[in-house]
Amino acid sequence: MTVKQKRKLARILAAAVLFVVLYFIPLEGMWRLFAYLVPYLVVGWDILWKAIRNIVHGEIFDENFLMSVASVGAFAVGEYPEAVAVMLFDQVGELFEDYAVGKSRKSISSLMNIRPDYANVERDGAILEVSPDEVGIGDTIIIKAGEKIPLDGVVLEGTTTVDTAALTGESLPRDIAPGDDVISGCINLTGLVRVRVTKAFSESTVSKILDLVENASSKKAKTETFISKFSKYYTPCVVAAALLLAVVPPLFDGLWSTWVYRALTFLVISCPCALVISVPLSFFGGIGGASKCGILVKGGNYMEALSRCEIVVFDKTGTLTKGVFNVTAVHPEKATEEELIEYAALAETYSDHPIAKSIKEVYGMDIDTSRIASAEELSGRGVVAVIDGHRIAVGGDKLMTSEGAAWHPCHRIGTTVHVARDGEYLGHIVISDEIKSDAADAVRLLKEAGVRKTVMLTGDADEVGRAVADTLDIDEAYTKLLPADKVEKVEGLLKEKSKKGVLAFVGDGINDAPVLSRADVGIAMGAMGSDAAIEASDIVLMDDKPSKIATAIRIAKRTIGIAHINILFALAVKALILILGAFGIADMWAAVFADVGVSVIAILNSMRALSVKKYRENKAIVPPQAEKETTA
Amino acid sequence: MKRSYPLEDLDCAVCAEKMADAIRRIDGVESADVSFLMQKLTLTAEDERFDEILKKAVKACKKIEPDCKILTK
Repeated sequence: MTVKQKRKLARILAAAVLFVVLYFIPLEGMWRLFAYLVPYLVVGWDILWKAIRNIVHGEIFDENFLMSVASVGAFAVGEYPEAVAVMLFDQVGELFEDYAVGKSRKSISSLMNIRPDYANVERDGAILEVSPDEVGIGDTIIIKAGEKIPLDGVVLEGTTTVDTAALTGESLPRDIAPGDDVISGCINLTGLVRVRVTKAFSESTVSKILDLVENASSKKAKTETFISKFSKYYTPCVVAAALLLAVVPPLFDGLWSTWVYRALTFLVISCPCALVISVPLSFFGGIGGASKCGILVKGGNYMEALSRCEIVVFDKTGTLTKGVFNVTAVHPEKATEEELIEYAALAETYSDHPIAKSIKEVYGMDIDTSRIASAEELSGRGVVAVIDGHRIAVGGDKLMTSEGAAWHPCHRIGTTVHVARDGEYLGHIVISDEIKSDAADAVRLLKEAGVRKTVMLTGDADEVGRAVADTLDIDEAYTKLLPADKVEKVEGLLKEKSKKGVLAFVGDGINDAPVLSRADVGIAMGAMGSDAAIEASDIVLMDDKPSKIATAIRIAKRTIGIAHINILFALAVKALILILGAFGIADMWAAVFADVGVSVIAILNSMRALSVKKYRENKAIVPPQAEKETTA
Repeated sequence: MKRSYPLEDLDCAVCAEKMADAIRRIDGVESADVSFLMQKLTLTAEDERFDEILKKAVKACKKIEPDCKILTK
């Protein structure tokens, strides 16, 4: 709590104690009024003061003024405890609002606590600590263990692990070796590294992200705009109704103090605070919560759009697949899986071909070169090597035929690498652009999140594209598309959605900027370090996981849900108390609840939007073994 | 030109709306947003008259919420 808040709390407590004590002391007439004025002034003098000051400025519909009128009026009609209660609870409400909003603000800004304060730059052999702004492209910086990476760059020297959690929500540290890119905003955990800066501070990832998050609240959701419009009319309308209520009925029945009291209850409910604070707070919380999961939403409007997502269109390469070659299946026939990989890896030892690399990666162990008597690479066909005294042939169909091995084609899509030992066929390994481990989950989770249709667009060959779409259970796939065709396809799909529905396009931001901007919501993924993606899209997924799209939709739906519940709840309670108040059924205590109580409940409810623990923990849905399918 | 300024002691969300409205009515202002949650004023206005417009904006806000300070420096 701030000093200001503590002071207010002290005043509230003092007034509350006085108030309770007074309740039990039987006082009569003027003494009773004077006694109640004490707690009233203790807790409300500043509101009275502000009311006077603002009315001088001509602000009639000022909250302080209305509260003052309501409480002074209550004194006038002889309802002293109510008068004190109105002021007391109004202050309680304000204190609570202040505290809750401050807390949410803090938890969001701590989330965004990625701004580096300094950089250790190497200049003329000396290391200087300077502001990240002062470091230029091509400079060499030193990042020690425990420090924030100040600027984007490439590691020249040293190995370390970095914590990317602040940017991606991923708690697993990433290993970094010379030649790897490092992203500003991450934390260097273990070792010292020398990094060559590749981007100026204003262009680096951390600046872009901070800029994006800070500006997110200015792009308002329709719900937010509705609330600010509504609040403009609400107060004048309620005040006008109160005036009518105070003046018109008594002209007929002459019960002035009854009707004035009822009018005063109206004034107590005349502040739309509950809505004006809680609705933007829900969106603020939702955007903050999403960024904890590594999902950057550029505004409340996109949050709203995402919640109505009907069609999700994916780009294939780099979005659903990794965009790199990898062993995707091992189909042994007359050997074990391990033997097959071992033979292939040994035979390919001296090859630098991407396929050879991917096999060696799967083998994972150091290769005992003493087992290899000879190895000969046959360009375009494969490798023939002598290993442990056996003639091992590793390669394509033609090599197998020339070896006399009884090979057969594989049903799986990709490049097939056969292995034969002394002319006997052992089996094959399939290598292809690997589907991301969570891609299937991504599609399934989208359906669970209420997306009607999933579509994949790719420039790849038909069979490769279809195979990916079938594996992932994607509803429609369009292949052999040029970038311009993708825009056309998306335009066609835009016609298919319902009136309020939304189409989202997911791409990696590389050469799909036109499609990203054409879709209702453009989602760029794997944005660590990609400017194009951050700029062209409405929502940025900081890591490479397509399953985060479903997470984003779920967070969006929940956020919108929270905002809507708040609106319904606040309006319903206020309307109910206004009606009951007009008939004299609801008293000022009920009105105080409709004002402060509703505000507190709505704010507490909207603070839920910030909590995303359950979404962050859905990592478990991706079994670690899903990476490689090794059965035939 | 688009600039943003932090606000101090902006305690009331309704006032924030009113302040933004008042600033938008100033001649030369393209857009203005007062964020209660971020405690920030974002002002877009004509380049040449920016300082003058900012002064008017500060004045307009003072009238609505005298306790709230716009930190223009």
